[in-house]
Amino acid sequence: MTGLIVEQISHDWGQKRALDEVSFAIEPGRFCALLGPNGAGKSTLFGLITRLFTPRSGWISVAGHRMDQAPLVALGQMGVVFQQQTLDLDLTVWRNMLYFAGLHGITGKAARLAAHDALDRLGMAERRGEKVRALNGGHRRRLEIARALMHGPKVLLLDEPTVGLDAQSRQSIVDHVHTLAREDGLSVLWATHLTDEVLPGDQLVILHQGKIREVSTSSQTGPDLTAHFLSITGQDRAE
Amino acid sequence: MTHYLTALQAICTREALRFFGQRARLISALVRPLIWLFVFAAGFRAALGLSIIPPYETYITYETYIVPGLCGMVLLFSGMQSSLTLVMDQEMGTMRLLLSAPLPRWWLLLCKLIAGSVISVLQVYAFLVIAALYGVTFPILGYIAALPAMMLTALMVGALGIALSSTIRSLENFAGVMNFVIFPMFFLSSALYPLWKMSEASELLYLLCAANPFTHGIESIRFALYLQANPMAWLVSAGAFAAFMLFALWGYDPAKRLVGRKA
Repeated sequence: MTGLIVEQISHDWGQKRALDEVSFAIEPGRFCALLGPNGAGKSTLFGLITRLFTPRSGWISVAGHRMDQAPLVALGQMGVVFQQQTLDLDLTVWRNMLYFAGLHGITGKAARLAAHDALDRLGMAERRGEKVRALNGGHRRRLEIARALMHGPKVLLLDEPTVGLDAQSRQSIVDHVHTLAREDGLSVLWATHLTDEVLPGDQLVILHQGKIREVSTSSQTGPDLTAHFLSITGQDRAE
Repeated sequence: MTHYLTALQAICTREALRFFGQRARLISALVRPLIWLFVFAAGFRAALGLSIIPPYETYITYETYIVPGLCGMVLLFSGMQSSLTLVMDQEMGTMRLLLSAPLPRWWLLLCKLIAGSVISVLQVYAFLVIAALYGVTFPILGYIAALPAMMLTALMVGALGIALSSTIRSLENFAGVMNFVIFPMFFLSSALYPLWKMSEASELLYLLCAANPFTHGIESIRFALYLQANPMAWLVSAGAFAAFMLFALWGYDPAKRLVGRKA
């Protein structure tokens, strides 16, 4: 299977076990919501998948390439939207795109074409000359998604991408990424603790205290899913 | 290989755009050494007597002596500032973007280092132009010959900064370490006074200055400006660069997870 495979990943920070034998797989064309309360291990998992650091045990495969065996090929097949903002605020939208293209070895006309296409798809083409500092939160996130798609990845990772956005921007981005998975065959891993970002039919992975508590296809959303999530994580309040 | 060079170009362009976009940074980079040159050196000219030591063949003014040291100062502060942006990048997340690029980590860090060093050296030349207008000049070819020495010194202090940045969690901590690194490195060097002067004051201080790789960086620049070679200074600078770079790579090694702990 291609897409994203996380197999028996364990990791600890000092004495504390952050992830304990975490396994799941996302097929191409699927939107997978990684649901977990704060401190569940989502950020550690993202750090491992993006090879910011390497796991103590287990392995990760991206589009058929093992991260421990062919890390550069695997990273090249992946687009990432990090939880923290990763844009240069004082550079223009266009310059931010070209910088990323360069990091991925895309240059010259190919870079300009890829940047234009990616911005166009996210409705950001007309803002290419604006400095990122002048963009609102929603547009910045769109830009980051456009940038993550520029090199034609097969797997898209998004770590709580709607934090700090208003309801309308949030909905728009959630819808758009679902469309990307459906129409472009991307495997999407979307980490969140907001249950209303999960749609019926999405793959659902619930992570709690470093362990996988459930891997399923969501049949619920909104309050029903919140109740389900809370019953699994044993929390008495929604995040 | 093309991918490697494309990334290098992209990282250099980004650093250059960021640098030239912040005019205040350029001005502050120049003001610091110029104050030393115009004020400190002018005041100390009368107080300090300099004997003739290589590479000088005649008596020189204190301003002439101090300029290569101030070149080193520009490189030191600029290199450390570049590392400061690395800590900021880590806090902002842009470092994650860089490190998740499909290129070996050693290359990505080296690109970052080269980009920062090029910016530093450009600042030194801007400073040398002003120093020349002030009357402190060197042989024309000296300005060219000093380029590799400046680049090596810039790489050395930049690599030290990157190594330090990998062990530091936040910007506040970095400011503290800067005080413990920059000032001792600068004052315990041959930037402001020749080593023999130091040995007159204290043998221990002299030994510390002689062991400081930054001293050797400055001496390689000083000699090159007068079209003379100083193999020992080059060797020590290159060795220190290699050691700092290895430390930096170790700090950013995914398996070591120094960076990951900040995630």
